[in-house]
Amino acid sequence: MIQELVAWLNEFPSSVALRESRYVWPFLESAHVMLLGLFVGTAFVTDLRLLGWSMKRVPVSELTGRLLPWTRIGFAGMVLTGLLLFYGYPLRYYHNLFFRVKVILLVLAAINVFVFHRGIHRQVADWDLDPDLPRQAWIAGAVSLSVWSLIVVVGRMIAYNWFDCTIQPQPAFVNWFAQCPTGP
Amino acid sequence: MLPDDKWLWLFEWFEMTGPGVVVRESVWMFPVLEAVHLLGLCLLGGVVLLVDLRILGLTLTQRSVSELAGQVRPWLAGAIVVLLVTGVLLFLSEAVKCFYNQSFWVKMIALPTALLFTFAVRERVAAKLDVEVTFAARSIAVASMALWFTVAAAGRWIGFS
Repeated sequence: MIQELVAWLNEFPSSVALRESRYVWPFLESAHVMLLGLFVGTAFVTDLRLLGWSMKRVPVSELTGRLLPWTRIGFAGMVLTGLLLFYGYPLRYYHNLFFRVKVILLVLAAINVFVFHRGIHRQVADWDLDPDLPRQAWIAGAVSLSVWSLIVVVGRMIAYNWFDCTIQPQPAFVNWFAQCPTGP
Repeated sequence: MLPDDKWLWLFEWFEMTGPGVVVRESVWMFPVLEAVHLLGLCLLGGVVLLVDLRILGLTLTQRSVSELAGQVRPWLAGAIVVLLVTGVLLFLSEAVKCFYNQSFWVKMIALPTALLFTFAVRERVAAKLDVEVTFAARSIAVASMALWFTVAAAGRWIGFS
């Protein structure tokens, strides 16, 4: 079902125009990369604080109150440029191994954000400046730092065609995981 | 804006250096170095923006600029080290392509400028700033963001041309 939807999107004239464009596509890719500095960069700063590796005298609530809006702006930009990039090559990305890993990691990152904000962050005023932050806060920072780093890495790998369905033979796992249309 | 061809031999030599050959002949090393280079960009972007946005009064205004800048300085330096090491290795593996690449030379002019500006001007000014910020400091923050933006954008564009 999703495969059919993606194959249908793939033939939209605007989708074709996007992947064939000389400047729009590189511009979108550049914007997606540059926004990493704003989104992942400010998220990393908050993670470093949660891990106790930087800015120990700055209350956590100040970062989640005053820096997080910038992280959100960066995230909105990442989503917008990311969706447009996907729209340029829907079929190719749908069957891309790294893209699929990235989607799974994005879900993990979202769960981590949800658990942190619905959980320990509700009582942030109680532990704001503790020399040792609560374990849940430290874990949220560690998970965020590692999962977003992995997302950046696999995101970069999407551009490489090592595991593309169009290049066969691939290991059985790759064909299964990427749902490569195989056989006659 | 390309340099004279008489320097080409130097870039051919760069490609023949040990690290250049190893990275070029490996399937996965270039992509992995690119990915680590991007992680360095994330960290650099985060700490540069943190201090510049603070100088502009757009975040963490209850903190003094000098405190924030001092706290993230080791991370700023660390990010630059990671970027330089991975960047040099990426360059060595394709030095001749870079030689004929406009974006590469834009980056090679913007990068030393940004480094010099950051450590000789911005960090010194930030170290003296308390909660109140002068107009001159605001201009420095804008210039810092513009310089690093140019470095990153030109860097990304090396891959397109």
